[in-house]
This record gives sequence, C-alpha cells and structure tokens, in this order.
Amino acid sequence: MQKIYDDAASALDGLLFDGMFIAAGGFGLCGIPELALQAIKDAGTKDLTFASNNAGVDDFGIGILLQTRQVRKMISSYVGENAEFMRQYLSGELELEFNPQGTLAERMRAGGAGIPGFYTKTGVGTVVAEGKELKEFDGEPYVLERGMVADLSIVKAWKADRTGNAVFRKTARNFNVPAATCGRVCVLEVEEIVETGSLDPDAIHLPGIYVHRIVQGAHEKRIEQRTTRPRPDAA
Amino acid sequence: MPWDRNQMAARAAEELEDGMYVNLGIGIPTLVANYVGDKEITLQSENGMLGMGPFPLEGEEDPDLINAGKQTITELRRTAYFDSATSFAMIRGGKIACAILGAMEVAENGDLANWMIPGKLVKGMGGAMDLVAGVGRVVVVMDHANKHGQSKLLRECTLPLTGTGVVDRIITNLGVLDVVEGGLRIVELADGVTEDELRSLTEATLVA
Repeated sequence: MQKIYDDAASALDGLLFDGMFIAAGGFGLCGIPELALQAIKDAGTKDLTFASNNAGVDDFGIGILLQTRQVRKMISSYVGENAEFMRQYLSGELELEFNPQGTLAERMRAGGAGIPGFYTKTGVGTVVAEGKELKEFDGEPYVLERGMVADLSIVKAWKADRTGNAVFRKTARNFNVPAATCGRVCVLEVEEIVETGSLDPDAIHLPGIYVHRIVQGAHEKRIEQRTTRPRPDAA
Repeated sequence: MPWDRNQMAARAAEELEDGMYVNLGIGIPTLVANYVGDKEITLQSENGMLGMGPFPLEGEEDPDLINAGKQTITELRRTAYFDSATSFAMIRGGKIACAILGAMEVAENGDLANWMIPGKLVKGMGGAMDLVAGVGRVVVVMDHANKHGQSKLLRECTLPLTGTGVVDRIITNLGVLDVVEGGLRIVELADGVTEDELRSLTEATLVA
C-alpha cells in the first residue's frame, strides 16, 4: 500500500470538510505539524474544532488558522501564548474547552485504544468536573472523562519508513503519539522518509498501523522561548 | 527581612531528598533547580522528559528540546523521553514524589487556585490539575500577600480551584506553613520576620 504523498495538500486531499474535528500533535511550537496546518489554511476549510494542547502563536502553528477565522472551537490545556486567540475568545467568536493536559492526552490515547471513557482524579472539585459523572473508588472521588476520536489526526515525526513506522526526536514526541492514534485517518509529516528496514524495529515510537498518509518536507521548527546560559570563559 | 525569590527557592530545595523524581512549575519553582546541591534530583518536564538539564550554551539551542515553559533546555546522561500520555500516566500514577508550584491563592484546607482569574487571565491550567491530583507531595511557593497587601493564604479560595485539599506545604517570603487538621501551622519564620508580622498577613486560620 502506497502511503507516501508528494506534499501536504495532496496528503490531505479528500479528507477535509467544513465543521470537522481535527486532533493535532505538538507542545507549544515543538513538534507541530507545520505542513498540514499550512495546507489546511490554503484549503480554506472552515468551522474546525481542534484538539491540541496549545493554539500556537499569532503567526505560527494553529495561530495561522485563527487569523483566517477557520477555527470554531479549541480543546486545549493552555492557550496563553496567543494574543489573537484571547481576543477572539473574549469577544465570543471562538469556543474554548479547557482540558487538563493529562486528561487531554489520555482522552486521545483512550479514543485511539477503543476506550470510550475513563475515571480520573484530575479536576475533581473544580470547574472541569462540573456536569460530569463522579464515582467513588476505594473511598476517593473520580470524574468520568470521555475518550476522543477525531475525523483526522495531523502529527509530525522526525523520521518514518515507507510503511509509516515513525521515530520522534527528544521532546518533540509529546502529543504526537496520542493524537496520531485517535484519528480515523492520520496524516504524518516527517523531516525524512527513510528506507523500510533502516529503523530499529525495537525503537519505533509510533507503529505504522496508525499512519495512513505520509509527507516529507522542510520544517521551520520555530523556537518559542530561546533561553541560554553564558559560555564559560575560554581561559 | 522577608525572603527574596532566590531565598524562597533555596528553602524549597530543602524539601527535596536524594533520589527524588520532581516536577517544578514555572516562575520561582524553576529556580529551585539551582539550589539542590549534591542531591541527585531527577526533574520531570511534563511535555515528555525525565532528567532535565540546564539551559543550553548560546548557539546550541535545539527546537526539539524544550521544557514545559517552552524554554530551550538540555538533556543529561540519564535523560529519557516519552509521549504526553505516558508523561501524565506517571504523574497521575503517583510516581512523581513532589511537585513545587506557584499559586494565586491557597486555602486553609489545602485547596489551591493557580490557573485562572475570570474575565482577566484565561490561559488554561496546563498540567497543574493533573500534577496536584497525582504527585506524592505538593509544595507551593508564593508571596504571602498580593501586591495590594492582601493575604494569599485564605479561609476559602475565591478563584476557580486547581484542586481541593491538595497542598501539603506553603513556602512564602515570610516563612513556611503546613496544611494540618483545622488550618495552617507555622513551621518556620523567614530570618527577621516575627510571628506577628506573618499572622497579620494571614487570613487563614493558624493552629498551634
């Protein structure tokens, strides 16, 4: 089966529709599916719901789809880096559902694993638990959270072979693995497609079964907070 | 003299024991890493890393290697990387011994508010709700009063909660307090701070 596409636009061809639900990988601007986001912007798909830990910054990441008003709702844990997001949210143009970060990750993992709901202690006694079922286990209260299944997953890895077995680099793995598993279709973008058989089968982070379409391309990989320490004196 | 940011961080570092896996929040808690001395502390970054190293040397920043505050960092010899679901499995599963976090308000029953001011600050809770629900011990580091001189140690929180009954110890610029049955107990006063001074800036019930 051929999974490799020439570019992000052709990889997304036939998958996009107005009002759809997309799960996106990445944490901040680290490991985000830059190519797919740009292609969705170019396609002009509207009324999107995104499950993504963050909302990018004003001019990068999901931020580029906020600028064009293509996003109707965000399911995120933290959106503090995006001024345009805050403006649209406070003016009522954009719907926002805050999920605790671990609950969001587990909702994706569970959805991809055939688990429709799970009980967690996270958020009990807070606004997050309002309107949700509570249940006691061993004398402690837990809240029911739903697994999520998205129409489409867009994720970014470092390398993949031609069957979609993928490896990530350092902290760029983050939400990409759970997001990949929770989509009915998963489009993976990578920095490099390598020959099948060249990745160590014992060190695959995302098995190719989760990946339906693959595209290779150059990534900007913008740094959000450049922090350094001084070099020790050469002397 | 009340403690400054660095003195509060140094005091918080005394909470950590050799061999602990620890999660540090953003702000003053991040400074705690500078004061662990010879203790072998493994820092967890909830975006998917155990064994967080210091900031990189200039020119060696790696966009694929950041902490939960989105800052560029480095790895150590013992570093391990994992995905976000695994990261919060270890947090929720009680594998992290201690979290040191900032706060807006703490109540005398250990309720914590540190993520939202309705109508003003709407950024999100990030991983804070998972951390306080899951880790072994929650230590809050914050100023004792806000910039208007109002106590941040309250009978009841006024802001939306991050968790209920989750705080174990509070380290402020005026001293150290524990959440105990019936209220807060003074454990320690900052150098030169009197108990009366601390009491006058504490709304929460203080118990002996």
